[in-house]
Amino acid sequence: MTDLSMPQTQTRSQSATGKIALRWLLYVLLGLFALYYLMPLFVMLTTSLKSLEEIRTGSLISLPREVSFDAWKTAWSGACTGIQCEGLRPYFWNSVLIAVPAVFLSTLIGALNGYVVAQWRFKGANIIFSLMLFGCFIPFQVVLLPMARLLGMMGIAGTIPGLIFVHVIYGLGFTTLFFRNYYVTIPAELTKAARVDGAGFLRIFWSIFLPLSLPIIVVTVIWQFTQIWNDFLFGVSFSQAGTQPVTVALNNIVNSTTGVKEYNVDMAAAIIAGLPTLLVYVVAGKYFIRGLTAGSVKG
Amino acid sequence: MSEWLENHLPKVVLAPSFIAVLIFVYGFIGWTAWVSLTRSKLLPKYEIHGFIQYERLFDSPRWDTAINNLYIFGALFIVIAMVLGLLLAILLDQKIRVEGVIRTIYLYPMALSMIVTGTAWKWILNPGLGIESMVQGWGFPNFEFDWLVNPDYAIYTIVIAAIWQSSGFVMALFLAGLRSVDGEIIKAAQVDGIPTWRIYTAIIIPSMAPIFLSAFIVLAHLAIKSFDLVIALTGGGPGYATDLPATYMYAMAFSRGDIGQAASSAMIMMLVVFAIVVPYLYSELRAKND
Repeated sequence: MTDLSMPQTQTRSQSATGKIALRWLLYVLLGLFALYYLMPLFVMLTTSLKSLEEIRTGSLISLPREVSFDAWKTAWSGACTGIQCEGLRPYFWNSVLIAVPAVFLSTLIGALNGYVVAQWRFKGANIIFSLMLFGCFIPFQVVLLPMARLLGMMGIAGTIPGLIFVHVIYGLGFTTLFFRNYYVTIPAELTKAARVDGAGFLRIFWSIFLPLSLPIIVVTVIWQFTQIWNDFLFGVSFSQAGTQPVTVALNNIVNSTTGVKEYNVDMAAAIIAGLPTLLVYVVAGKYFIRGLTAGSVKG
Repeated sequence: MSEWLENHLPKVVLAPSFIAVLIFVYGFIGWTAWVSLTRSKLLPKYEIHGFIQYERLFDSPRWDTAINNLYIFGALFIVIAMVLGLLLAILLDQKIRVEGVIRTIYLYPMALSMIVTGTAWKWILNPGLGIESMVQGWGFPNFEFDWLVNPDYAIYTIVIAAIWQSSGFVMALFLAGLRSVDGEIIKAAQVDGIPTWRIYTAIIIPSMAPIFLSAFIVLAHLAIKSFDLVIALTGGGPGYATDLPATYMYAMAFSRGDIGQAASSAMIMMLVVFAIVVPYLYSELRAKND
């Protein structure tokens, strides 16, 4: 903790009023920045509650004169994503169907991998881990073309299982990294003692490591869920009409050229598409940040 | 048999992931590299023709625009996000009463997808109805802010939206760094009567060099991979004024049917990422093993 606002030395301290003014300035600055970050959300929310007429005549940041939820209804079940006009609903469920199994599988496999790499070191384990870690950083453009062909050969091109498969494969690097970094902090003596007592590989994982893992499971699940829910590149490359995730559908709604441009519907749709991850962030922000920093700074 | 299995179970557990990474990361990179040396168009061909695709790439004005845009976007995005992130972290590090709430507000854009961010800013920057008309309505009828549809300035709208999305994250990184600086040194400096700004510039910030490096790597990585934000905000337009390498690659792969160009542009993207990430990863892994 650095506390620079109140110097310890009394002899050199500025006048009390100067300090109070500085303090006020600090809070005003922080408040202005908070407004900057909140402004787009505020604009999205108010625009989604206005009528098109009011949007055309009113100001960007004015509050709606008459609150109407029509745009939300249209965004959820009537907006057009091209020729189809079923709103965001089917695509929202697609994203759920993709995210839930993909998060579960990549977290489970990552936990086992991390457990092996951290606690059952064998020759070459570090190289394998480095190779996997490296896979986290590739720009996915470099695997897009062969993956499209492979999904076609496997007969799961443009399907939800295909997208689950892709998300699990390219999520493994990060999930393994998270669990590995968590499990290396657990003393190896614990594993050794358990082995002396006759416990095997899976039993030690199940009875000792898994019960200790709740925090890192939460971090990993949140990270993976955010990644997969917010993914656009895989979604737009490997889906077809009917299996698109919510991000792709949102983009299609916003850019659909049929009829009048309904900005209020666009904003409602954007909020709906962003709501699940926003909710996760508000409820479990601490773990969200931990995942973000663990993904960039080690440990 | 069961004893063999028990002894080799760790390897057996790790093997599928290892094989998957070998195929889907390294094998696929190899495939893309190979195809980037062929004359593949709509379908991949496997006969090698040298660097013809790379020659086409570097002769292409559209790729030229994409690379220029990456320079402009990357430089502005990284520098501004780091300066803003550091400033916010220092402001927040002054024993602020509602720090948790403010931090939550600064960081929430990171939870949103780039598509949502792009959609929101597309509306805010809409020349007819967004900020432009708002300021005009305040009594400045000549105010103009049409960057979104102006080919010379559209790339800066991507910068604006990307900074809004990511600067809070940089703030979080720096805040964690500030908190990890040894408090005793700072107290000693304060006792010596060294002014606050000097404590920051001479002691705290230099000791955070590794965090600057991490932030740089993450932001550079985000910049090179930027795709969704461009698609949602400008669609690469007007024309292809806001194309980035990622959107160029996607256009070649999925709408132009030019697999050779898609593969070679993807390879260039990967080389750029590697040039930044490999030295970093290498030093990290070495530091860990020592």
